[in-house]
Amino acid sequence: MLGGAGIFSIPFDVAPFRLSGTVYGALFNHRSVLAALGLAVNQPPYGAPPKAPVLFVKPPNTLAVSGSVVRIPPATPELEIGAAVGVVIGRTACRVSESSALDFVAGYLIVADVSIPHSSYHRPAVRFKARDGFCPLGPQVTARAAAPKTDALTIRTHVDGVLVQSASTADLIRPAARLLADVTDFMTLSPGDVLALGAAGPAPRARAGQIVTIDVDGLGRLSIPFLDAVA
Amino acid sequence: MMHARVAYAGAVHDAQPVVPLSDREGLRLADGRVVAADSVVWLPPFEVGTVIALGLNYADHAKELAFKHQEEPLVFLKGPGTLLGHRGVTRRPAGVTFMHYECELAVVIGRPGKNVARAHAWEHVAGYCIANDYAIRDYLENWYRPNLRVKNRDGGTVLGPWFVDAADVADPANLGLRTFVNGTLTQRGNTRDLIFDIPYLLAYLSSFMTLVPGDVILTGTPEGVINVMPGDVVSCEIDGLGRLVNTIAADEEFGR
Repeated sequence: MLGGAGIFSIPFDVAPFRLSGTVYGALFNHRSVLAALGLAVNQPPYGAPPKAPVLFVKPPNTLAVSGSVVRIPPATPELEIGAAVGVVIGRTACRVSESSALDFVAGYLIVADVSIPHSSYHRPAVRFKARDGFCPLGPQVTARAAAPKTDALTIRTHVDGVLVQSASTADLIRPAARLLADVTDFMTLSPGDVLALGAAGPAPRARAGQIVTIDVDGLGRLSIPFLDAVA
Repeated sequence: MMHARVAYAGAVHDAQPVVPLSDREGLRLADGRVVAADSVVWLPPFEVGTVIALGLNYADHAKELAFKHQEEPLVFLKGPGTLLGHRGVTRRPAGVTFMHYECELAVVIGRPGKNVARAHAWEHVAGYCIANDYAIRDYLENWYRPNLRVKNRDGGTVLGPWFVDAADVADPANLGLRTFVNGTLTQRGNTRDLIFDIPYLLAYLSSFMTLVPGDVILTGTPEGVINVMPGDVVSCEIDGLGRLVNTIAADEEFGR
């Protein structure tokens, strides 16, 4: 699937870490994000806080390796960066239990869910999230055995070297194992699929000319230069 | 030309109908064998890339669900795990109250496209197939609605039976759609009633994402969706594309 785009360098293309090109993310899985909406979660158009995981798809056209330029669309001052840890599935995961879920994980990587900022979460944000190059990930997959435990990883986001966000996976509403159990109850995940566990809010923003880096201890550093779209 | 992808005798084959538009007669495999259509396992009829789906894209269906007209297409994406072929089985979880089919024209991309002009949109279409895009309304939540638990379930997106070359579909903007549940006509529409037509959708989608061969656009469903129960046989027909059959099954069949 990924060969056509030619965007994947060797760190992904080694079994069992070969990515399938299917990337899902969980949107409101960090406590800070839903908290930022405050009372709005109970008002129209939402009516109630989310019950099931709120998921989105980052299709293959969005995927990019570390260092790939993200192009900012015309008339868009800034983009949002949802910095998250992603799990890479190692074997077919269907109806996994929370206690065995991590056995289905091959490894971990950093996922940047780049979006055009949008204030409503009522409809799928495809036009805002599924643009070419809007999902840098990497810089490599760290094998589960070699990775630190994911229940308290610190995700640090810098813009031009200045720390703008420090978030912990300890604040996930559904930690990796719980999220995998809930998601695979209705959708099977296959080897090479990625599930991003959820970014913290408020999402850092970047303008053209800036470089965003996301660091996670043990997973490396993902580097994302932002430039204006080529006319 | 109409093509199917089928599994038969240990391999996946390209297959063509011996009698056009019939899936009960014979299939001619690419290697020359002619086999009974009910002796194969039908797979989605092409190598599927990104699955892009439309909600509320027929005025009557939008009205049926009490939605007002959208200014922008309601687009959602699906992953590969939800795909299923002709004559497949889709699970209805115990305890849900409203699970329904959606018969849709699926438009398959044949040429890469970014910022495709409406006037050139047809040049990017390789062909068409029928899609049945199931939904379970019990699981709807107002966050990124329709959410994946409603629309990206295992076996919930049925494609086939045939991939039909664009050249063989005279007017994709005037195709009748019909769904039968256990032989009774329950849904009827025509692609002429699409709110956002195919050229519009190609121009809109390619304005922000590069479309590549194998990507597929499920263009939405007209009114006439009803609840389906385990054992029901759901047949979706589109003029010139054939008939896509699917069976609903209960949890027990899936070991739940």
